[in-house]
Amino acid sequence: MKKIMSGNEAIARGAFEAGCLVAAAYPGTPSTEILENIAQYQEIYAEWAPNEKVAVEVVCGSSIGGARSLAAMKHVGLNVAADPLFTIAYEGVNGGLVLVSADDPGTHSSQNEQDNRLYAPFAKVAMLEPSDSQECKDFVKEAFALSEQFDTPVLFRVSTRVCHSKSLVELGERVEVGVKDYQKNIKKYIMVPAHSKVRHFDVEERLLALQAYANRSTLNRIEWGKKKIGIITSGISYQHAKEVFGDKASYLKIGFSHPLPDKMIKSFAKAVDKLYVVEEGEPYLENAVRALGINCIGKEFIPRCGELTPQIIRQALLPSKKTASYQTDLTIPARPPVLCAGCPHRGIFYAVSKHKDVIATGDIGCYTLGMAPPLNVTDIVICMGAGISAGLGFKRAAMQGGRTDKVFGFIGDSTFYHSGITGLIDAVYNNTPMVTVILDNSITAMTGHQENPGTGKTLQGKPAPVIDIEGLVKAVGIQEKNIRVVDPYDLTATKKAVQEAYDATEPFVIITKQPCALLKPVQKKRAQLHCVIDQEKCTKCKSCLRIGCPAISFKNDQMNIDQASCNGCTLCRQVCKFDAIEKVGE
Amino acid sequence: MSETKSVLLVGVGGQGIILASKILSEGLIQLGYDVKMSEIHGMAQRGGSVTTQIRYGEKVYSPIIDRGEADVILAFEKVEALRSLPHLKKGGKLLINDHEIYSLPVLIGQQAYPENIIDKIREQVEHVKAFDAVSMAEELGNIKTQNMILLGALIKALELDHVEWSELVRDHLPEKVHDLNLKALEAGMNV
Repeated sequence: MKKIMSGNEAIARGAFEAGCLVAAAYPGTPSTEILENIAQYQEIYAEWAPNEKVAVEVVCGSSIGGARSLAAMKHVGLNVAADPLFTIAYEGVNGGLVLVSADDPGTHSSQNEQDNRLYAPFAKVAMLEPSDSQECKDFVKEAFALSEQFDTPVLFRVSTRVCHSKSLVELGERVEVGVKDYQKNIKKYIMVPAHSKVRHFDVEERLLALQAYANRSTLNRIEWGKKKIGIITSGISYQHAKEVFGDKASYLKIGFSHPLPDKMIKSFAKAVDKLYVVEEGEPYLENAVRALGINCIGKEFIPRCGELTPQIIRQALLPSKKTASYQTDLTIPARPPVLCAGCPHRGIFYAVSKHKDVIATGDIGCYTLGMAPPLNVTDIVICMGAGISAGLGFKRAAMQGGRTDKVFGFIGDSTFYHSGITGLIDAVYNNTPMVTVILDNSITAMTGHQENPGTGKTLQGKPAPVIDIEGLVKAVGIQEKNIRVVDPYDLTATKKAVQEAYDATEPFVIITKQPCALLKPVQKKRAQLHCVIDQEKCTKCKSCLRIGCPAISFKNDQMNIDQASCNGCTLCRQVCKFDAIEKVGE
Repeated sequence: MSETKSVLLVGVGGQGIILASKILSEGLIQLGYDVKMSEIHGMAQRGGSVTTQIRYGEKVYSPIIDRGEADVILAFEKVEALRSLPHLKKGGKLLINDHEIYSLPVLIGQQAYPENIIDKIREQVEHVKAFDAVSMAEELGNIKTQNMILLGALIKALELDHVEWSELVRDHLPEKVHDLNLKALEAGMNV
C-alpha cells in the first residue's frame, strides 16, 4: 500500500517497521513530528525529554539495555546533545541506535543554519542521508541494521525540505526484533580514561570497516546518464540536481555519507568529463572529493548560505538560463510573526516596555517575539536556556564596568525545564542580581503545543505529575520575598511585580501564569469573550495599538477590534485612558 | 501523462491552506500521479505567511517551485498574492481570494496595505480570477469553509473537476460539517 507521507512521518514509520522500542526527543522544528508520529505506535515507548541531551542519554541507555532506540532533534538540538554523542560513539551499541538530526537550511524557524553533516566525522559515527519520504523510511530500517552490524550509533541527517515535504511511501510490516540480552562489559560501557584510550582504536578500525562497506552499499548508487557532466550529491540536493539536469548528466547519489565511499567517488570521477558537487550548506562532499586529489566544481558557484533550490543550481551551473516572472511596482507590507491576539505574554512585555532602561535577554519560544515592534523589549537571544544565563553575564559585565543596567531574562515553561533551571541555579549560587521572568503558558507553544513536565500529560497521553515551577524556583534557593506569581492579563499586578523586580538588589523571579490562548480548552472557554470599542468615547489616541495586538486595527478612520480573534484578555481596556473599551460576552 | 505541473497555495496561518493542500494532493495520487507536497510554515501560527507547494506528474524530483515556475497560484489573501507573483509562470493562472488580512506593521501604521492590488496584478497577468470567498463562506453559514471554496476554484482551474472529490473531503473533516464543506467545494467550482 502506498501512502503520501512527510519525511517525518516516514522516519516514524521506518522506526516502527524496524522494531524500534524506545524513542525520545525534545520538540523542535523541523523535527517535532517524528516523535509525535512514533508516539502513535503503541509498540514503541515514546517520550518528550526535557532537553535533547537527556533524550539522547535515554536512548543510549535503552540501546545498551538491548532495545532498538531512536532520538530525534533539530540541528541546534544536537549541539545540546553533543556531549553524549561523542562518547556513545566510543561505547557503541547493543540494540540499534539512530540519532536524527533535522537541519534547517534557510532558517525557516531557527537561530542559525549549521550543517550537521560535519558532526559525523567529528564524532566518528556512521551517517545516512535520505532524499525523500520513501528513503526516509527505508534508510531508518537500514540505519538500525547498520548500527548493530558495525556497533555504531548512526547519525540520520535530514533537512527541513525532506522533513516537511510529502511524497509517496510504500508501507511494510513491522518486524519484532525484541530486546537483546545485556551483558556487563565495563570496557565497552564505562568510558574512564583506561577504557576510552583503548576504545579509540576500535572506533578508528570501525571507521575503516564502515568505509569499505560504504563502497559496496546500495545506499550509494551511480545513475548513468550522459557522461559529459557527473554530479556528486546527497539528500535533498539530489532531487534538485535531478530536476535541473535530468538525464543530461550522470549522478553519484550518496545516501551513506559518512564515511564516504572513496573508491566509488574515484571511479565515478574518472568516468565523467566534468565533475560537479551539488550540495546545500557546507562543502562537506566537496572537501572529501578534493582530499582524494580530485578536482571538482562546487562552492565557488553554489552558495553556502540559505536553502538550495533548483533555480540556484540552474543559475550557478547553467548561467544562460533565466526564467521570466511577473512583478508589480506595489510595495508589499511585511508579514512578520507576532504574539497572537490574547497572548498572555503580551502583558508582561508591555509592563517591562515601560522601563526603557531594562536590558532584556530573551530565549527560544513564542516570547522571542517580545523583540518585535511595538513592544521592542528584547535585546539579546542566543539559544535555549540562555535567556537566563546570558542575562547573568550581561549583568556581570555591567557590574564590572560600574554600570547599573537592570537585566531581565525571559524564559518559557518548557525552556525553563529544558535548560533554564541551571542558569537560575547559577544566579542563586553566584548571587547575581538579575530578574528571571518565567512565562508559564502551560505548554510548549512555539512548536505547536507539545506536552512538557508542567502540563500533566505525557507524549503518549498518559496523566503525569506536574513539576511545579514555583516549587523549583524556591528549591534552588530564590528567597520567597523575591518571588512574584502574577496573572499577566492583570496589568496592574504585573506592573507592580515588574517594579518590585526592577527595584530588587537580589536574584528575583517573576512567574507569569496564564495558559496559551491557542490551547483548545482555552479557546472554548474564552470563545464568547471579546472587547468592543465605544466609538463615542474613543479619542483615537491609538494607545491600544501600542500593545501590538493583531486584533486591534485603525481602519476607516476608527479604532476596531476584530471580534473573531479577540479573546477578551482586556489588556487594551487596561491601557485605554478614556474608558472606551468594554469587555463583553461573559 | 504530461510533464510536471506546479501549484502554489499561499495565505496566512489559520486560513486552512494545509488542509486544502492535503485534499488536493491525495486526489492527485488517486489519479495516478507522482506527487510531492511541501509546506513551509516556520512561525506561521503567530500570524506569518503560509505557503504550500504541490508538484505532480509522472515523476517528480524537487519539491520546490522556483520563481516563474508555478502553473497555478491560489492566493488566500491579496497581499500574499502579490508576494507570490514572481513565482507565477508566464501565462500561468492566478486565483485570488478578494480578502484583506492586515499584518502587524500595517495594523500599527508602520506600513501601508497597498490599494488596488487586483487591478495592478491584472495589468501584468493575463489569467486572473478574483472572488470573495469569505463572503461566500459567510453566506453558506461558516467562514471556515473559505478554504473549500478556494479549493473548488483551484480544482476547476486545474481541470480536475471531473474527479469525485467528495469522499476525500469527508475523509479529512468531522462528519457534522461534511454537507457544508461539500457545498462550499461545489460553490468554488462554479465561481
